[in-house]
Amino acid sequence: MSVEQEQAERTIRCLVAKVGLDGHDRGAHVIARALRDAGFEVIYSGLHRAPEEVVQAAVQEDVDVVGISILSGAHNTLVPKILDGLKEYDAFDDRLILVGGIVPDDDKDELRNLGVDEIFGPGASMEEMIDFIHDNAPER
Amino acid sequence: MSDLVDDLLAGKHSALARVITKIENRSPGYREIVSDLHEHTGSADVIGVTGSPGAGKSTLVDKVAATYRDRGLTVGVIAIDPSSPFSGGAVLGDRIRMASNAGDMDVFFRSMSARGSLGGLSTATTDAVTALDAFGKDKIIVETVGAGQNEVDIVRTADTVAVLVPPGSGDDVQMLKAGILEIGDVFVVNKADLDGADRTVQQLREMLQGRDGRPETGHHGATELGGDATALEANGDDEPETWDPPIVETVANRSEGVGAFIDALANHGDYLDRTGRRVRQTRERYASEIRTLLREDANELLADELARRGGIERYVDDVVERHTDPYTVVDEVLEPLRECVAERRDG
Ligand code: B12
Ligand SMILES: Nc1nc2c(ncn2[C@@H]2O[C@H](COP(=O)(O)OP(=O)(O)O)[C@@H](O)[C@H]2O)c(=O)[nH]1
Ligand SMILES: [Mg+2]
Repeated sequence: MSVEQEQAERTIRCLVAKVGLDGHDRGAHVIARALRDAGFEVIYSGLHRAPEEVVQAAVQEDVDVVGISILSGAHNTLVPKILDGLKEYDAFDDRLILVGGIVPDDDKDELRNLGVDEIFGPGASMEEMIDFIHDNAPER
Repeated sequence: MSDLVDDLLAGKHSALARVITKIENRSPGYREIVSDLHEHTGSADVIGVTGSPGAGKSTLVDKVAATYRDRGLTVGVIAIDPSSPFSGGAVLGDRIRMASNAGDMDVFFRSMSARGSLGGLSTATTDAVTALDAFGKDKIIVETVGAGQNEVDIVRTADTVAVLVPPGSGDDVQMLKAGILEIGDVFVVNKADLDGADRTVQQLREMLQGRDGRPETGHHGATELGGDATALEANGDDEPETWDPPIVETVANRSEGVGAFIDALANHGDYLDRTGRRVRQTRERYASEIRTLLREDANELLADELARRGGIERYVDDVVERHTDPYTVVDEVLEPLRECVAERRDG
């Protein structure tokens, strides 16, 4: 039984989280489905999550990828709160942190400095994102 | 003992999460971890919640968890979503309903998918419950869609099983006939705000009255365990106390009836303790777990042996050509094992 079952690659788990007062969920839905079709396990948070909830989900679900979708413009306050929470629970280093949505170029460097691994805006291709995850998912 | 086990026992959330990941992936070392955790278990109440998709399981579990938290208890939830089990990927949606416990780390909620093998899932669920129990959770809730034998196996992890039945066409009650009726200790007509709830309660009551009146009702009555349990029973009181599954009405999204549901769960727990059934159920569960593991490991050993001998196709060829037959093949493959066992026994 186990001989056939042995998976060449472990199953990658991704959180797709909508944080704050942001009702734009089209992109998050599109991403969740695309990641599923790529063979990942996706946990979708639902809308209007507080940063602590995103942290709670990322820790408990032990996801490899924390995907934060923000189109509200509040990324500069919300993303750092999530990153701090992940650090507090020792769940930062071995996780890929992605931000998607509307992030002005001027803010991107700051987010990267804080620990965000990559930022994907409108028009980013699914293939690009999926390849990025495959190439950069943490070793565990 | 590994650091991970120490960290889990010390109450570190990320360690608990990682242990469950290793269990799900059957990563190297997961067996040792689960073995090390076993001695720290035995204090949690395990509750199974099952019912058709959309019945309101996750919504109810969220409210139940919040109520337990109000009472100062800690909670672990495993939500199993078997949708798209064979594609490899899955969107696990149960967590969306977890709105009442936002940011509360003392509700540990974990989503699990079927990963293509429901059989393996019931083992993984059992082991994940072990991890939550060792972590010190007071209440552990396992949510799973109620369909088919494998789901019934998963639900056997629980001490008390709640079956959710939404009001409606009657199809849902009909579905219960296919095995789910037998495993319910508490029945919940959720969505009692919708039309037809009374009728569903009525239908359920009638069906439960028709349920097999053996002294041993409840979901563990039909396990594969042989004569031991029945023997115990025959030696007991003349008329062992039976359990009449109550029917509770809830409106989960409005938190109505949650208290009554929790009372029903507690009553069943008291019944298990009062009658000694909890002890027996636990023993049955371990017996069946040992059997399952033995079967899996023996299968693995044999699969390796078969592969070493060049795979099964070679034997099939010989059987097709009438050079040999299946019995002889099996004897041939097993012979070294039998010899080895016999030698050890004598030595
Ligand atoms: C559709 C839309 C709406 C719909 C939303 C419907 C819904 N349920 O999603 C409605 C009409 C409700 C709406 C309302 C509002 N909107 Co609007 N909306 C848009 C619009 C036109 C398109 C967004 C969209 O769905 N794109 C399609 C999806 C597929 O793309 P996406 O979300 O960008 O996702 C892609 C990437 O960003 C990335 N991605 C996204 N998430 C994630 C997550 C991960 C993990 C990864 C890896 C990648 C990733 O991958 C996706 C695929 O390429 C944008 C403008 C624009 N061109 O972006 C404005 C826009 C986002 N809205 C805007 C505003 C201001 C609003 C309102 C506040 C007021 C208003 N002007 O109407 C309200 C607020 C609503 C609320 N409660 O939050 C602004 C935001 C400005 C800002 N951030 O500074 C924008 C940019 C328009 C603008 N130029 O002003 N909106
Ligand atoms: N009207 C009504 N809707 C409910 C009730 N409980 C849950 N729901 C809704 O039913 C849908 C499915 O609920 P969910 O908990 O996800 O069901 P599950 O698939 O059994 O876990 C959601 O939209 C809930 O809001 C209830 O008591 N009454
Ligand atoms: Mg559910």
